[in-house]
Amino acid sequence: MSNQASISRSSDEKIFDAVIYTIATLIILIVLYPLIFVVSASFSDPAKVLNGEVWLLPKNISFDAYTNILHNGKIWNGYTNTIIYTVVGTIVNIIMTVLAAYPLSRPDLPGRKVLMVIITLTMFFGGGLIPSYLLVKNLGLLDTMWALIIPGAIATYNLIVMRTYFQTSIPWELQEAAHIDGCSNWRLLLNIILPLSKPILAVMVLFYAVGHWNSYFNSLIYIRNEARYPLQLVLREILLISQSEAVDANVGLENKVLLAESIKYAVIMISSLPILIMYPFVQRHFVKGVMIGSIKG
Amino acid sequence: MKSTQVRTNAALSRKIPGQRGRVWRQMVKRSDLYLMLLLPIAWYLIFHYGPMYGLQIAFKNFNPAKGIIGSSWVGFDHFVRFFESFYFWRLLWNTLAINLFSLLIAFPISILLALIVNEIRSKTFSKILQNITFIPHFISVVVIVGILNVFLSPTTGPINSLIEALGGSPIRFLEEAGWFKTIFIGSNIWQNMGWQSIIYIAALSGVNPQLYEAAKMDGASRLRRVWHISLPGIIPVIVIMLILDIGHFMDIGFEKILLMQNNLNIESSDVISTFVYTTGILKGEYSYTAAIGLFNSAINLVLLLLVNRFARKVSETSLW
Repeated sequence: MSNQASISRSSDEKIFDAVIYTIATLIILIVLYPLIFVVSASFSDPAKVLNGEVWLLPKNISFDAYTNILHNGKIWNGYTNTIIYTVVGTIVNIIMTVLAAYPLSRPDLPGRKVLMVIITLTMFFGGGLIPSYLLVKNLGLLDTMWALIIPGAIATYNLIVMRTYFQTSIPWELQEAAHIDGCSNWRLLLNIILPLSKPILAVMVLFYAVGHWNSYFNSLIYIRNEARYPLQLVLREILLISQSEAVDANVGLENKVLLAESIKYAVIMISSLPILIMYPFVQRHFVKGVMIGSIKG
Repeated sequence: MKSTQVRTNAALSRKIPGQRGRVWRQMVKRSDLYLMLLLPIAWYLIFHYGPMYGLQIAFKNFNPAKGIIGSSWVGFDHFVRFFESFYFWRLLWNTLAINLFSLLIAFPISILLALIVNEIRSKTFSKILQNITFIPHFISVVVIVGILNVFLSPTTGPINSLIEALGGSPIRFLEEAGWFKTIFIGSNIWQNMGWQSIIYIAALSGVNPQLYEAAKMDGASRLRRVWHISLPGIIPVIVIMLILDIGHFMDIGFEKILLMQNNLNIESSDVISTFVYTTGILKGEYSYTAAIGLFNSAINLVLLLLVNRFARKVSETSLW
């Protein structure tokens, strides 16, 4: 009797496992397929892509799309701009977030509850798009790099994550001991707290940098001069608005249409490449960051 | 030991009302901390509270030459004009429908994914599943919409090739209003389910393993263990995530909608926030669209307060 029960229980387990593994495999296929398709299409003969002959692996491998992009000044310009915005923006983000998170993590700071309320309130209510736009305009930031950096200098969610890390992962005793030894708060922050906070700093750099790399909306509203366009705005033009402009003017009309199509795949690849290369190395940190953030502060 | 005592003493002394001088002395002693906070707090006041102050233009006829203070008051005129306009119901319905369907479909899927990851016994396979489902989260919206364009293209896209191979006729997915919401929500799920599941996976790893052992002893099947142990174990996290999502109910996915919008699908893709962008920023109707934006935020805030109160009553979990 009991033997029979255990047999039926294990077959029940097997069915359960089979269902779970099937669903998991399906999910993997659904997520990966579009990505593989884009990679394959970008390396294929444009004519084959246009005929719908490419469905999984590249056909008649060709690098025409990539060589065409290499000669496209707009894309390079956008790339350079995005790198500058990402680097400068992330530095500003980190400095501002640390400057806010550290004092607010200190239990001996009078008035920090009030300050936290002032800060967290902004997560749920704000002025909205139009008043923010007018503010940036009135400050004279329109059409400058700073419009993309200063208004987003702190992400409140990241600030709370960092504060939580300072509170929970750095022993308070250490800070008190430093105080007794006559260490100023600035020195304490720079020489003791920050070296102990490398994991969270790494997470913050990643979060902020990916945000800058991928952002398009702020530049859409604040940047008018094409010379200052970041990569995402150039992509928007190529992918969604006027595709054929990107193609080298020297090729014939028929080829131009063909190339315009395959260039789309190639620009998708090129713009996502830095993040996808970085991904395997930093993936653990991202997860960690989300998990630290999930601790209710 | 000694230091914790010092801390509690300090905490106690702060609560004694007769010792204001002590707080003051402590503030002076910690003045360098305030110095650190100077820039961030100034930034919050300018870039978050500044726009809140600027919101008054929703009740004025904003004139750039006169500035925010100098412009004349018009009361609720802009709101009335919006409520009476012919596109009001279309905007409201699209905004509500897209967000409601997202919440109903996308929200449970990330929980389901976390439960699946948790049930996979092979550590390697479950890591592979997790890592692959994270990838799309890091691709920019512009690229995602670009991928949608080429993938769903009626002439070259693989989806339509498949439909044609099966004897159907190609569908212009992105140019038909009827397909817009499905594609928008579907691609959102594709992009974000993995990322959103992280928090539930973390919560699941914190469920006491003894509970599973006990249930196994009692003869509970795997499905029953998921239902009676895993799911209840992450309910508090689910409630918090739900409250946060509903707090942003009216503005999910606006940047992506803007990119996917075209004249042929506008009927079902026009939402309040895209309307604010096109009419406000592009056409310069600042006061009118500030009012519309305020209406949008007000609904968000009311929803957040309601859901938070409801959650506190029902599940004893809430944001505050």
